[in-house]
Amino acid sequence: MDLTLFMYLIPSLIMFGCGVYGFITRKNMIAIMISLELMLNSVDINFVVFNRYLFPGQMDGMFFSLFAIAIAAAETALALAIIINVFRIAKNVDINQITKLKF
Amino acid sequence: MMDYSQFLLMPQEIGLLLVFLLVFIYDTFMPERTQRHMPIFTVILFALYTIYCFCPVVSGEAFGGMFESNPATWVMKNILNVGVLLVLLQAVKWTNSDFVSVRRGEFYELILLTLFGMFLMISSRHFLLFVIGLETASLPIAALAAFEKRHYESHEAAAKYIFTAIFSSAIFLLGISFVYGMSGTLYFRDIATAVLGNHSALLIAALAFVIAGVGFKLSLVPFHLWTADVYQGAPTAVTSYLSVISKGAAAFSFLVILVQVFGSAYSQVWEWMLYALIVLTITLGNLFAMRQRNLKRFLAFSSISQAGYIMLGVIAVNVMGMSSMIYYVLVYIFSNLAAFGVIAAIERQTGRVTMDDYNGLFKTNPWLAFTMMLAMFSLGGIPPFAGFFSKFFIFVGACNQGSVAIYVLVLIALVNTIISLYYYLLVVKAMFLRQDDCVIPTIQSHWTERLGLILCVLGVIFIGLVSCIYTAINGSVDAINSMFAAIQ
Repeated sequence: MDLTLFMYLIPSLIMFGCGVYGFITRKNMIAIMISLELMLNSVDINFVVFNRYLFPGQMDGMFFSLFAIAIAAAETALALAIIINVFRIAKNVDINQITKLKF
Repeated sequence: MMDYSQFLLMPQEIGLLLVFLLVFIYDTFMPERTQRHMPIFTVILFALYTIYCFCPVVSGEAFGGMFESNPATWVMKNILNVGVLLVLLQAVKWTNSDFVSVRRGEFYELILLTLFGMFLMISSRHFLLFVIGLETASLPIAALAAFEKRHYESHEAAAKYIFTAIFSSAIFLLGISFVYGMSGTLYFRDIATAVLGNHSALLIAALAFVIAGVGFKLSLVPFHLWTADVYQGAPTAVTSYLSVISKGAAAFSFLVILVQVFGSAYSQVWEWMLYALIVLTITLGNLFAMRQRNLKRFLAFSSISQAGYIMLGVIAVNVMGMSSMIYYVLVYIFSNLAAFGVIAAIERQTGRVTMDDYNGLFKTNPWLAFTMMLAMFSLGGIPPFAGFFSKFFIFVGACNQGSVAIYVLVLIALVNTIISLYYYLLVVKAMFLRQDDCVIPTIQSHWTERLGLILCVLGVIFIGLVSCIYTAINGSVDAINSMFAAIQ
């Protein structure tokens, strides 16, 4: 069976949707971080697949996904550092408890 | 073999990196006893750099068209430089205070790096460079928001900022991936030719994602929910930086993307998306600002509604719209930094930031109260202060677009200006008319704070009256008016 473009795109979109769902519903900051990683990785799949199937002669999408992976790593490192700081001062990573700033 | 002469097209970026390196070297290698002079060293160095940047640059493209330098980007970068200089001036005393001074070098290094990212955003003509600039501009701000280590609020603000920043950049990247799937390229110009006459569902989805992603950075309603919390929790110096500098850079690059990449879909697709966003942003920003008692939260909602006015310059899609948008950012930098400078000076010495604390401020601190009053008048748009002229130009620019719908939009914005006067004048009323038993005592501000506030006040008074400033901005934008030819 030949794999078509849509067999990659649909799982990638489902992955993105799962990320958005997790971002909204999870209460643990680490779980939110994992959801965000899902979203960023699904975008990488999109780029690679578009490049492979639609524009096989060039490498733009591949390079973009490489850079996107690097940027995602930087984001994760920073977010984890901030989560650790929050944990140190609040003894908690549950976002229901981190609610001092609100209306 | 690479052509190194193309680096000559980016003197502002290279100068900024030099300033960064010198500050970094000072921070790392200078002996401990000289460290407390570092803020002044940075301010002087940055002031020299700002003056150097006013030398005109050569227009052109570098790195295969990824990077573009033209008169409009030159003006925008200079305006941001002036704003950063004011922020650094006002932060000198704060970075020398007890709990911050250990890490003061990081504050300056991160601020300079985010500015570098914004320069890349402004000049990029390729989505890869744009995304790198966007992340360089937004990630260090999360670290800066968490700067006051002993304050719980600072960490909460940083957590909220980093999560929304990553979420928005994921949405933005999804939009870009659709654009790439449609056109097979990431160059702005090539995408514009590839999507010409295309109004497919994929393009609409891509545009919605791109607008949502940048809308988070600009804090447009309904993507604004992080703004008030981050502004309140972050240190005031970082808040003032976030509210003026990153907003200005994001607005400029947003305009460039929408006009240059998606110009052919203007009247069919994104005019109406932006229309709804502007109406929501201005109105909800104003309505929420009215009920705020904390002044930093109050200025956060005021900056949300100001972002709506800035977007009026984008929806106008003409030369006057763009130049009035840049002018608006310039005036907004001066008036908002005046307000934040007063708040920072008072917060640093007394720790009080609510509106009731400012009751009777005029009796004890007449000059601070006077500065705050001018800032509020300018933000509200009372003539003859600069805010009036910037609002006037941006309304005229939007009306020049010509359609009836935009006239209605300008009318809504005008009505909202009157609503905003109510809450800006609440602050003035508290300072001048209200009495209180525990008035804030007379504050001895540091000379750097005073100098920063004086520069802001001079800007608020004279930027509107000295008409050659607007003419110069208009002239530089006029040099790239071919950008608007693709609008349909």
